[in-house]
Amino acid sequence: MVMKFFNNPEKLWNLVKILLEGLSVTGQIFILTLVFSIPLGMLVAVGRMSKKWIVRGPVSAYIYIMRGTPLMLQVMFIYFLLPRILPFKFDRFPAAIFAFTINYAAYFAEIFRGGIQGIPKGQWEAGQVLGMKKSQTFFRVLLPQVCKRVLLPVTNEVITLVKDTALASTIAVTELMSLAKKQVSSSSSIEPYVIAMVMYLIFNGVTEQLCRLAERKLNYYQ
Amino acid sequence: MLKAENIIKSFDGLPVLRGISMEINQGEVVAIIGRSGSGKSTLLRCLNNLEKVDNGTIEIDGQALVKNGVYAPAKEQRAVCLKMGYVFQNFNLFPHMNVLKNLTEAQRCVLGREKEKAEKYAKELLKKVGLEDKALAYPGQLSGGQQQRVAIARALAMDPEILCFDEPTSALDPQLTQEVLSVIRALSREKRTMAVVTHEMAFAREVADRVVFMQEGVIVAEGAPDNVFNDPRVKVFIGKNDNDDGID
Repeated sequence: MVMKFFNNPEKLWNLVKILLEGLSVTGQIFILTLVFSIPLGMLVAVGRMSKKWIVRGPVSAYIYIMRGTPLMLQVMFIYFLLPRILPFKFDRFPAAIFAFTINYAAYFAEIFRGGIQGIPKGQWEAGQVLGMKKSQTFFRVLLPQVCKRVLLPVTNEVITLVKDTALASTIAVTELMSLAKKQVSSSSSIEPYVIAMVMYLIFNGVTEQLCRLAERKLNYYQ
Repeated sequence: MLKAENIIKSFDGLPVLRGISMEINQGEVVAIIGRSGSGKSTLLRCLNNLEKVDNGTIEIDGQALVKNGVYAPAKEQRAVCLKMGYVFQNFNLFPHMNVLKNLTEAQRCVLGREKEKAEKYAKELLKKVGLEDKALAYPGQLSGGQQQRVAIARALAMDPEILCFDEPTSALDPQLTQEVLSVIRALSREKRTMAVVTHEMAFAREVADRVVFMQEGVIVAEGAPDNVFNDPRVKVFIGKNDNDDGID
């Protein structure tokens, strides 16, 4: 292999600087997706558990579609096809955030549903006999316990999300993957991919440590 | 104080309560006994709005929870049920809160008591059940008997007019059973109004002012402990119980 960057510190530094810009966009996609999809997932979970089929049915269909089709296709669908149906057009970046959010919300919803349904019925009843409203029981009694239960599966999803952000490159959002691809084709060297790989690894290393920290924090009761 | 009339309840078409009428009067301890499946726990759960009746009336202090099968609005239901305290067979403490928080949470968010006041009261109640040194422990660190005593204190913290126990010692081994029973015994000496669903016949006989014996969803015998325990049908039940569980 002919080295074009690794034997030239100055070129290497320039490449790293370019890719770091991509990494920052990747980070933005990652954070915004989590900020939107976790609360949305909670809402979807509640809808999925609704006793009314008129709520539960459409929500189930939504989850089925989101989990049953490739995320890459969903990203392209939202960016290229949706503007033909709807009267407005998404920019690349918000289109990616939107696609990731609705996809991840479906996965989170099923995790939250498992977490909520796994809590003994007696906890609801205890809240009720103490005079709490359903909402008070949910937020004060159920939710803190659900958070602990879902932390491990949520960690899994979060780590997958770091890598899935690369799919934004299919609609040319200038995140890490698409910048690396561009550098590879303009330099005819695969070194940019190696650097991108290392960056993803470091990103996920940090993410994992943060999740572990949260796990320790929630270990105050067993 | 509490009045239930003609309570009817079935699960999936299977009748569990077939027209129960009973009263609980101020300062009275009522023990509800009967075989498993006789409907005694379901009755107590209906009185506390944990199950919905199909028909009948439940009133506390003249305020209706349900009248002829029609339930009051949700807000009124909560208000009526606040007059009742409930202790579960399996405690149902909040595992993510320490003992003190278990006792103060509802005082604060339901009764609107201030933190200091709620905590002071909680500590008094913990002392009463002999667990003042466990205020900062989490439920998972306590024995079953200790957890049940915390659950009793948690129910008392809401100042209920009637305290209900659903087989409070069924999940405990004999040694731990005694520590819970002695707490309930102490409460009965304070002339607290209580309803206890129990399998502990000796205890029912000792503590109850009135015993209600249920069979297949109806009240078969009711009255002073000595009378009820001498009823031939009750004797058959207790005899069976002896053979089953070795309780004397």
